Amino acid sequence: MSCMRRFCHETQSHDSLHSCMCRRSVALLLLKMSEERDPAALSGSAQTEGEEDLFVSAMESPEAARLSAEDISPSSNGPRDDDPDDPDDLFAEATEEVSLDSPERQPILSDGPSPAITPVTISPRVDVFDRSPDLDEDEEENRDTFDIQISVSDPEKVGDGMNAYMVYKVMTKTSLSIFSRDEVCVKRRFSDFLGLHSKLASKYMHMGYIVPPAPEKSIVGMTKVKVGKEDLSSVEFVEKRRSALERYLLRTVKHPALLKDPDVLQFLESSELPRAVSTQALSGAGILRMVNKAADAVNKMTIKMNESDAWFEEKQQQFENLDVQLRKLHASVESLVCHRKELSVNTASFAKSAAMLGNSEDHTALSRALSQLAEVEEKIDQLHQDQSYADFYLISELLGDYVRLITAVKGVFDQRMKAWAKWQDAQVMLQRKREAEAKLQYASKPDKLQQATDEIREWEGKVQQGERDFEQISKNIRREVGRFEKDRVKDFRVVIIKYLESLVHTQQQLIKYWEAFLPEAKAIA
Amino acid sequence: MLLCNVAADHFNNCFLILMLGAVNVDLQTDATLQVDISDALSERDKVKFTVHTKSTLPNFKQNEFSVVRQHEEFIWLHDSFVENEEYAGYIIPPAPPKPDFDASREKLQKLGEGEGSMTKEEFTKMKQELEAEYLAIFKKTVAMHEVFLCRVAAHPVLRKDLNFHVFLEYNQDLSVRGKNKKEKLEDFFKNVVKSADGVLVAGVKDVDDFFEHEKTFLLEYHNRVKDSSAKSDRMIRSHKSAADDINRIASTLYTLGTQDSTDLCKFFLKVSELFEKTRKIEARVAADEDLKLADLLKYYLRESQAAKDLLYRRGRALVDYENANKALDKARAKNKDVLQAETTQQVCCQKFEKISESAKQELIDFKTRRVAAFRKNLVELAELELKHAKGNLQLLQSCLGVLKGDT
Repeated sequence: MSCMRRFCHETQSHDSLHSCMCRRSVALLLLKMSEERDPAALSGSAQTEGEEDLFVSAMESPEAARLSAEDISPSSNGPRDDDPDDPDDLFAEATEEVSLDSPERQPILSDGPSPAITPVTISPRVDVFDRSPDLDEDEEENRDTFDIQISVSDPEKVGDGMNAYMVYKVMTKTSLSIFSRDEVCVKRRFSDFLGLHSKLASKYMHMGYIVPPAPEKSIVGMTKVKVGKEDLSSVEFVEKRRSALERYLLRTVKHPALLKDPDVLQFLESSELPRAVSTQALSGAGILRMVNKAADAVNKMTIKMNESDAWFEEKQQQFENLDVQLRKLHASVESLVCHRKELSVNTASFAKSAAMLGNSEDHTALSRALSQLAEVEEKIDQLHQDQSYADFYLISELLGDYVRLITAVKGVFDQRMKAWAKWQDAQVMLQRKREAEAKLQYASKPDKLQQATDEIREWEGKVQQGERDFEQISKNIRREVGRFEKDRVKDFRVVIIKYLESLVHTQQQLIKYWEAFLPEAKAIA
Repeated sequence: MLLCNVAADHFNNCFLILMLGAVNVDLQTDATLQVDISDALSERDKVKFTVHTKSTLPNFKQNEFSVVRQHEEFIWLHDSFVENEEYAGYIIPPAPPKPDFDASREKLQKLGEGEGSMTKEEFTKMKQELEAEYLAIFKKTVAMHEVFLCRVAAHPVLRKDLNFHVFLEYNQDLSVRGKNKKEKLEDFFKNVVKSADGVLVAGVKDVDDFFEHEKTFLLEYHNRVKDSSAKSDRMIRSHKSAADDINRIASTLYTLGTQDSTDLCKFFLKVSELFEKTRKIEARVAADEDLKLADLLKYYLRESQAAKDLLYRRGRALVDYENANKALDKARAKNKDVLQAETTQQVCCQKFEKISESAKQELIDFKTRRVAAFRKNLVELAELELKHAKGNLQLLQSCLGVLKGDT
């Protein structure tokens, strides 16, 4: 009887703030990448597919998802594709479902009515990311389908002993032309994913973009795998991680800005990736992260923001409440998963016992009926086990993901507070500089006066920039929160319906089994 | 802390009738003697049963009467049967287990203490559930006491027992106290001796095939029933825990539904409602499994022990008989105390034959009862499981229909 253990909560540094990359260097990088591709080709996939087509692509995706489900190491407990009664392998559906994308996908190629022009063409402006006015309109108008499928599969152990690690195959199938090929397959390890997240967080979080958090590290789970224990819990651990990595990538590419990010593209496409050493907990960067986190926590307590915008206050409260309830729900669902597994184990053990009882019963008809009962209970135990997997992979993991996502959302609100604080600080500084200048005027030191005037100009500029940044981040957050909520509604709806369908299936099977047993019981004479 | 007054009308509900029927299918309602428990009262640490008798037998002063009895008095009655040599050849109906509300009481107490830490709705919900659980345990214990009485009343010989009549009729307290420490210790030693002896006696091979077969069968059967009973209990407990989890999930979904600002609020509320209903069904499934399967196994665990005890008594009588034979031969050889040895041998022989005769019939009856009880319960179990699964399915499908239609 193994309950799903809570893995070690080393939450990722989704709000890591090592030095912002200079915007100019990012702009240059994007410019370079856009030169490598033909801008015209990027317009290609402005297909206006209707909803039916999306489901067609959903039909096709089972192969991709199936592939990943089947390729899992044979001792895995999850997918039961050998069960003839169960064509809709719960697992494949889980992976498939997550890779299905909504019909209302924000277009990648937005920016105005003419599809031939792409926003990825970089203008050498400094604030590259300020495309929001265009994106806002197009989100509503241009409902292109989001044609990208990602699967994470084939976990393979490389090396052995404590230096061993798992490598996953990441396959991307897409017709989007920002990708160089239709189908790419690369091998990545867990720290690569963490590295990707770390880079994205540092680039986008401070602008108010909600960057999906990466799956959590787990020292306990990983050590077991490294040590080579081929038991059930380490197999389940690998499967859980594989599934989490897949969901992480899908969420990341769903975000229109992140999809185009060069780091993401590089992650998905290039065969060699520089090792993300800075994700290790005890590396220099790791320690820096921890220090920054602590500093942030202190700052958060000291910043008292005058919230002029009720929307933000309301939203923050809502997210706070949502966080509390989701955590509670998550805990209850985890408990349910645990108890259902227990039920499955106990039912199996009862089945065996009933079979033994049937054997020792000397009345033949009763003996047969008891053996039949044992068989029914055995099938039911399998049913309970499958249901517990559904409980887990559908609901529990979704809830876990959202608990972490909401932490990211809260982080973004914190960033806005920081931007506000920075702006306020700049205003204070400006004021001080003005006072200093006024003082110098009386003291009449002409050379220092010039310096003071320069400084005033500098700080005026900073105040303006601060205000602009604050407004920009506020705007971004509004948009991001809107998108997040839409996704949330969709995710929950889809998953819950899927879950209810799994419950329906379980009940239908139960009916089948008991209906088969009833005549046997009646036949006892 | 919690007084659970169960009125008479609560009692004549299907629960009891089913329980009664579950283990005693063969008991005809014989007009000459009908016994039932018409009422029960649960006080702090004891339960008072109102035993109601209807009889046309001349031994009783009236045709219909009731007395109040406690658990210890049932045990006294049972023990008096066991100790009575006349009944050595019968399967003595197993004594009802002692009413045990400790676990339930503890839970209720903990709930009371934790009242401050949960919302009002949660508290009332949990309180209702624990009260229902308490009630269920209460009903079960009453049923088990009643089954014991009915078995005695249905047995052609035991029903005539004087102690039984006193038990039914005497409306004063029987002044039967529970065993004190000394007596309990004596009992313990007696049991040790008995089981050691039982092993010796069991080792003696029986000439009679029927009894030899029964011995082997009962030994194995008893052990397996014990195992199945324990495992079924565990299974049902897990089922209950899972149902409790669904309850909590339903509550949290409800809160989410009321708080959510998006379209999800209606969705959550609908799903919360669904889970509330399915949880009730799951709890009923666990309760029915408990009733039809676990209780059945528990009862036959006790009955098979009683049957084993019968075989032991017969085995003991056989050994005594054989020893008496040997003693007689020795006496004849020495030509000393022959008459005494002869009478002893006669007595043993009669005792043995008497026991053997009734034991055979008892064991055959036991098998018939057992098969009938299992059949009835397994059929009912399957029917109830089907009913609940269909109910569940319908709820899920209709909810799914609504939810899918909304999108």
